[in-house]
Amino acid sequence: MANEQSNSANPNVDLKYRRKKNAEEMKHQVLSFTLMIFFTLLAFAAVGIEGFSHWFIKPVILLLAVVQVIFQLYYFMHMKHKGHGTIALFLFSGLAVGLITVLVFLTIVWI
Amino acid sequence: MSTYANKKGFGATLWDYLTTVDHKKIAILYLISGGLFFVIGGLEAMFIRIQLAIPNNDFVSAGFYNEILTMHGTTMIFLAAMPLVFAVMNAVVPLQIGARDVAFPFLNSLGFWLFFFGGVFLNLSWFLGGAPDAGWTSYASLSLHSEGHGIDFYVLGLQISGFGTLIAGINFLVTIINMRAPGMTYMRMPLFTWSTFVVSALILFAFPPLTVGLVLMMFDRMFGANFFDVAAGGNTIIWEHLFWIFGHPEVYILILPAFGIFSEIFATFSRKRLFGYSSMVFATVLIGFLGFMVWAHHMFTTGLGPIANAIFAVATMAIAVPTGIKIFNWIFTMWGGSVKFTVPMLYAVAFIPTFTMGGVTGIMLASAPADYQYHDSYFVVAHFHYVIVGGVVLGLLAGINFYWPKMFGTMLSEKLGQITFWTFLIGFHLTFFIQHFLGLMGMPRRVFTFLDDQGFNTGNMISTVGAFLMAFGVLVMVINIIITSVKNEKVGNDPWGDGRTLEWAIPSPPPFYNFKQLPLVRGLDPYWVEKMEGKKEMTPAEPLGDIHMPNSSILPLTIASGLFIAAFGALYHMDDKTWTLPIMIVGLLVTFGSMFIRSVKDDHGYHIHKEDLMDDKDKGGKA
Repeated sequence: MANEQSNSANPNVDLKYRRKKNAEEMKHQVLSFTLMIFFTLLAFAAVGIEGFSHWFIKPVILLLAVVQVIFQLYYFMHMKHKGHGTIALFLFSGLAVGLITVLVFLTIVWI
Repeated sequence: MSTYANKKGFGATLWDYLTTVDHKKIAILYLISGGLFFVIGGLEAMFIRIQLAIPNNDFVSAGFYNEILTMHGTTMIFLAAMPLVFAVMNAVVPLQIGARDVAFPFLNSLGFWLFFFGGVFLNLSWFLGGAPDAGWTSYASLSLHSEGHGIDFYVLGLQISGFGTLIAGINFLVTIINMRAPGMTYMRMPLFTWSTFVVSALILFAFPPLTVGLVLMMFDRMFGANFFDVAAGGNTIIWEHLFWIFGHPEVYILILPAFGIFSEIFATFSRKRLFGYSSMVFATVLIGFLGFMVWAHHMFTTGLGPIANAIFAVATMAIAVPTGIKIFNWIFTMWGGSVKFTVPMLYAVAFIPTFTMGGVTGIMLASAPADYQYHDSYFVVAHFHYVIVGGVVLGLLAGINFYWPKMFGTMLSEKLGQITFWTFLIGFHLTFFIQHFLGLMGMPRRVFTFLDDQGFNTGNMISTVGAFLMAFGVLVMVINIIITSVKNEKVGNDPWGDGRTLEWAIPSPPPFYNFKQLPLVRGLDPYWVEKMEGKKEMTPAEPLGDIHMPNSSILPLTIASGLFIAAFGALYHMDDKTWTLPIMIVGLLVTFGSMFIRSVKDDHGYHIHKEDLMDDKDKGGKA
C-alpha cells in the first residue's frame, strides 16, 4: 500500500503517522461503503415507488452504478493512491475503445 | 562458465532454439520464420504481377488468382510484417531499456510458437484443397459463400497466431513498464522503445475485436450459426466493423515500430540528438489514440450515412498532424547534423518522401465523397503499398541492416546493401507509382485480368518490371546475408561507431544475461551521454551479484502444437468425418496437459553466480 511505505523494517518507525493515515483510510472506506449501500437503496426505491417514468429511472440507476464503480475502484481497490497512473490510463483507454464499439453497434450497422 | 566457445552439434543447437526462452534467440526465430513467410508472400506477389503483365493473360485461373491475392495480403500482414516487427522488438527493446530479458520469458516463447503454428496452418491450405479466397479482409458476405475449406484455414490459423501476437504485446507492455534500468524514466526511453510501448497497447486493445470476429465467423462456417448470414437474420456489417476496429489499429501496429527504427537511425547517423524528442513521443501516443477512431474510413461506401462518414473523415485527416510532426522532426534531426550515408540511413532518407506520398494519397482517400471514386480501384492498392512497403518494409530492411551486428555480431556488406537498396527502391516506385494512375483510369483491384485497348497495358507492364526489380533486390539481400554469415567476421560493441542507446554499450551479440551489472541511465541516449564525458562504458547501477535466469522449456512448443492439431479436427468437423472429434480432443489434451504441467511443476530457474561472472579483466567494480 502506498501509504504504508517506509524505509525501515522496524514497525515502530513513523507509527503515529501511519496510524493516522490508516484511520483516515478507514474513515474513507466506511464512508464510501455507507454511500454505496445508500445508493443501492435509492436504486431499489426508484423502481419500487410508483410515479417515476422509465426515462427518469434508467439514467438515474446507471448514474448511481457508475458512481459505485468509481468508489469501488478508487476507495476499495486503492486507485486513488500514487503509482496507479498507468493502470488508470489503460483502464480508461480500454473503456473508451469498448464504449465506442458498443456505440457503433447501436448506431451504424444498418439496423 | 567456460571461457572457450563450445562447438555444439546441429541437434543440440536445434533443441536449444526449440526450447529457448531467451529474447535474443526468440528474435532470431521470429526473423527466420518472418523472413520465410515474407519470401512466400513475395512469390505470391510475383504471380499476381506476372498474371497482370499483359491483358487477357491466363497464367493463373480466376479462382486461383483470388487465392493468391488473399494469401499475399494475409501472409504479408500477419505472417511477415508482424513477426519481423517482433523480431526487431525482441532483439532490441530489452537491451534498450537495460533489462536482462522480457518480463515473461516463457510467454515470449509461447507467443512465438503460437504465431508460427498458426502461420504454418494457414499456409497448409495450399496443399489441402485450396487457400482462402475472400481477400485479406474476408468480408462475411463473400467468405460465408466460399466453397471448400480455405476460409476455415484463414479463421483458425489467424485465431491461433492472433493469440501469439496478443501474448507478445502484453509481454512488452509489462516489460517496458516494470523492467527499465535505474534512471531510465519514461521520457528517457529511446523512441523505438516508446513506439513498441504504444504498439503493444494497440495490440492489447485491437486484437480482441479480431478474436471476436473470428470466433463468430468460425461458428457461422463450422457450427451452423447465423451471426453474419443476412438471410437468417444476421448482419454482415458486424464483420466489417469488427474487422476494421482491429484492422486499422493493425496498420499503426506495423508502421509505428518502423517510425521508431527510423528515429534511432536518423539520430545515430546524423550524430545528433533526435530533434523534438518530447513532441515525437507525443505524436506517437496521439497516433495510437487516433488510430482507434478512424476505422470506418475503410467502409465509406458501405452506406453508414453522411454523419458517420463526415466524423470518420475528419478524424482520419487529423492523423496527418502528428505524422507531419514526425516527418518534420526527422528532417530537422538531419539538418545541421554530420550525416553519414550508411545503408540504414539510405533507407531512412528514402522513407521520408516515399511515406509522405503515401500519406498524401491517404488524405485524398480520407475525403469521403472523393473516396467513392477511388474505392476498390488500383488507387487504393497504390496508396497502401506506398505506406506499407514505403514505410514498414523500408523500416524493417533498415532495421535489419542496422541491428544485424547487434543480433549476430557481423556486419552486412555495405556494397551489396546499397545494391539491394537502389534496386528495391527504384523497383518499388516503378511498381506502385503507375498504379495510382491505373486506379484513376478505372482499373479495379482484385480482378484477375483486364481487357486489351483500355489503356492499362503499358502501366501494368511497367508495374510488373518494377516488381521483378524488387525481387532482385531481396535476392541480393539474401545473398548478402549468406556471404556475411559464412565469412563470420565478428565486430565489437558499437560497430557503427555512433551508437547512442544502451544496446551499443554491450558486446555484439550480447551475452545471454545481457548486462553483467544493470547500467545507470543518466539521460536520453545514455551511451552517448557517457561517451561525451569521455567514458568507454556505462556506469553500473548495482554491485556485481548473482543473476537469476529462467530455465529453457519445450512446453511453449507443445502448448502451441496442441492447438495446431485441434484446429484440423475443428476444420474437418463439418464434413461428417469420424476422426475429427478425437483429433480435437487429443489436440486440446496436449495443450491443456502442457499448461497443467507448467502450472504444477515448480520451475524457479537458476542463478549465474557472481564468481562465474568475474574474470581477470573485469572484476565488476567500475563505479
